[in-house]
Amino acid sequence: MGCGTSIAVENQGKPSETDVSSRNPSPALTMKAAVLIQRWYRRYTARLEMRRRYTWNIFQSIEYAGEQDQLQLSGFFSFMLDNFTHLSGNGPDLISHLLDSVVEPWTEEGRQVKYEQITVPDSYTGPRLSFPLSVSDTNSLLSAFKEQQTLHARYVLQLLHETKKFLKQMPNVIYLSTSYAKEITICGDLHGRLDDLLLIFYKNGLPSAENPYVFNGDFVDRGKKSMEIVIILFAFLLLYPDHMHLNRGNHEDHIMNLRYGFTKEVMQKYKTHGRDILQVLQDVFSLLPVATVIDNKVLIVHGGISDKTDLDFLSSIERDKVKSALRLPKRSVEVVDPRGGSRSGRQGWAHLDSPCSRSRARKRKCHLSKQGSCSSTSSSSSSSSLCSPRLASRHTPQHHATSPVLPSPSDGLQVPFLDSFVSIAPPEPSREELEWRQIVDILWSDPKSQSGCTANSFRGGGCYFGPDVTRNLLEKHGMTLLIRSHECKQEGYELCHDGQVITIFSASNYYEEGSNRGAYVKLGPELVPRFLQYQVSRSTRKLTLQQRVSVAEGSALKALQEKLFAHRSELMAVFQQYDTNNTGCISVSDWAQVVESVLRLDLPWRTLRPRLTRLAHDGSVEYRSCFEDVSPGQPVPQVAPNLAETLYRYRTDLEIIFNIIDKDHSGLISIEEFRQTWKLFSTHLGVAVNEEAIDDMARSIDFNKDGSIDFTEFLEAFRVVHKLDVKDQQQG
Amino acid sequence: MADDKDNAEAILSEVHKKISDAFDLFDHEFNKTVDVREIGTIIRSLGCFPSEVELHDVITEAEDEEPMGYIRFERFLPVMTRVLMERKFRPITEDLLLQAFEVLDQQNKGYLEAEELTKYMTLEGEPFTQEEMEEMLSAALDPEKNVIAYKDFVSMMVIDDAQ
Repeated sequence: MGCGTSIAVENQGKPSETDVSSRNPSPALTMKAAVLIQRWYRRYTARLEMRRRYTWNIFQSIEYAGEQDQLQLSGFFSFMLDNFTHLSGNGPDLISHLLDSVVEPWTEEGRQVKYEQITVPDSYTGPRLSFPLSVSDTNSLLSAFKEQQTLHARYVLQLLHETKKFLKQMPNVIYLSTSYAKEITICGDLHGRLDDLLLIFYKNGLPSAENPYVFNGDFVDRGKKSMEIVIILFAFLLLYPDHMHLNRGNHEDHIMNLRYGFTKEVMQKYKTHGRDILQVLQDVFSLLPVATVIDNKVLIVHGGISDKTDLDFLSSIERDKVKSALRLPKRSVEVVDPRGGSRSGRQGWAHLDSPCSRSRARKRKCHLSKQGSCSSTSSSSSSSSLCSPRLASRHTPQHHATSPVLPSPSDGLQVPFLDSFVSIAPPEPSREELEWRQIVDILWSDPKSQSGCTANSFRGGGCYFGPDVTRNLLEKHGMTLLIRSHECKQEGYELCHDGQVITIFSASNYYEEGSNRGAYVKLGPELVPRFLQYQVSRSTRKLTLQQRVSVAEGSALKALQEKLFAHRSELMAVFQQYDTNNTGCISVSDWAQVVESVLRLDLPWRTLRPRLTRLAHDGSVEYRSCFEDVSPGQPVPQVAPNLAETLYRYRTDLEIIFNIIDKDHSGLISIEEFRQTWKLFSTHLGVAVNEEAIDDMARSIDFNKDGSIDFTEFLEAFRVVHKLDVKDQQQG
Repeated sequence: MADDKDNAEAILSEVHKKISDAFDLFDHEFNKTVDVREIGTIIRSLGCFPSEVELHDVITEAEDEEPMGYIRFERFLPVMTRVLMERKFRPITEDLLLQAFEVLDQQNKGYLEAEELTKYMTLEGEPFTQEEMEEMLSAALDPEKNVIAYKDFVSMMVIDDAQ
């Protein structure tokens, strides 16, 4: 049966092994040998392809699950803004104090520091910009950043103010022409990877009148040099306003930045003026144009389109009203303020009652009940939509007041009844909402190969648009090509919809060293796209496909192991429910089911199982083994295991909130602030937390005698290490 | 008897889930269809070693009467289940693989020249595409000596694959 056995049979009739003269196998035999090798090799590459595919899935699932956690965070801010909690008699309102300068820019000009008043010390050796900018300014910026220097806050603020002024007079959609230049270069996501930008400039030349560029959004977040990238891009924008164009991406959004690292980067690099810088950036981001059109034939947007996309409508919107895609426009409902103060006139939150249609065929399995409340809304179901942060939770769509955990009255924290907050659905979506949707669709949508347009529930925003949607829109406006970014592609670019859509992605090694190439595309007057690829690499040796897959896979599996660790108590509780005889083992099928429903990550668990757990002799899974490779980095302070895990899981969110509270960037917050923050957070999430346990823990961490907590130290305690890394280092 | 029946059902159920997992990995639209060009990868990732011809036969079975360029899960599942249960397309062992290389190594050198291997792989049997050939060479070729030490290559591949 098959080719496998035939060679063995044939070999029996061959000369013996001791015959040293050259053999002359028959052509038939040669062919059989060749086919065998080919079959084997194709199977080998198929396995590699499968590993590559699930590695990709892991990264993307965790990435998008993280983005939905982000919705939780913005839901948290919403919760606070809407419900007006305050500390009774304990100083100023923590919440508005908290949210004032970052989330809610109430007043514009008056509150911002005048950059002219900032003095630059003589000891500063970085670039000193002079406006209007000249080529020597951009050159000095490039060399400075190559030398790891930082631009002084004064110049940053000045640059940002000038950029803001400039962008205010730009339309939402920019129209370009190739007639005056040889080729226009279009770049995709950079995500703070300065090396990639420098590599592009090296290969393709700096922006100039002869060398125009379009950068298609997502300049910031994730990578460590987001600030440097925006400085360079804005500087070139001011220097060559007709030849340098920037489109807004979904990460040019202050709420996304809170979660994905840009806010943190700015606060760390600019301790004194970080907040001011972020304030102006918020405005600048919302003023970035949302689309670019070349020769009236090529449409360039960051995410994609929907069947509702209308370029004329899009052109008429006041784009800077949409500061963040994660903040819904206010409906015609007054937010009731129990204190009687007036809160009208702000762009408030609202809750849409009509969820976007869900079309994801894969349903989440929700039949396992949750043990404890650590699980609740954290890893939200990916069938949630952007429309309502509350819908992302598995509670009723109404409000969190029904959550089982409310602080006791003695804590002095008041949460007014939410029943008084009425959400009346007007029959038609408001104009604001339609405008918001236009922009969100442009920034968040993804193409798919089958027809139609459905809500992009995987990401939580925008749509999946099919080739018919593309064709219709392009035809309607007499265009031939849509260029977008937003999705990482292994080769840096990808065509779809019969060549009508190009995805261009410019951050190489996005997930991991070797995970993907970056690319840019050039368009000349004949509008035939030309792709250039590159890959930043630490080593000079080219990695084989197998090596690239292994490295990326290792990284993905580690991330997955951390997820398992973060949900350990819950997983163990359910495993033990299935393990009726207390053998420490359950069937593969049960294991996969439990993990999928607890982690809520739609991954091929059976395929992944061999990489995550051990099997017992009878083929069942030793479920404890999935936690073996990850352990706390330091001895965790004496706390209940549940608490440690919860803290580990929400490390990033807590860090963000701490950073916001810590207005003077000292790294310290008071015990009281810490306690109140934690209570708020846990209330919102419906997490049951023992007050005393938190207090004990706070006390057991070394803190300054003045009763403040070094929260960096506190969070360090909840870092994890991977056993294999430790072993490597020891062998090192 | 009842136990056996339960067992058989359990086994079948596991097989179905394995197939479903592999299928879903390539189902980009989340609507239980995959591009027909990815079926080979799916079948191979489930542990089968079909030749191109054998693959083509399986695809024909799983396609709709009017081939649409994609394969639906409802049709793929029974076909693939049978393939797995009947253990078609058995694995190729390390020994067999080594023997195959030895057959091609007509002069019994213990290694193959790059051109030799390329000639066989791209002209004989079910020929490689240029891309497949380049990939194999990048993994197999010793760049200094410009030869493929196939014994080492086979050992290495088998280890990689087994992980």
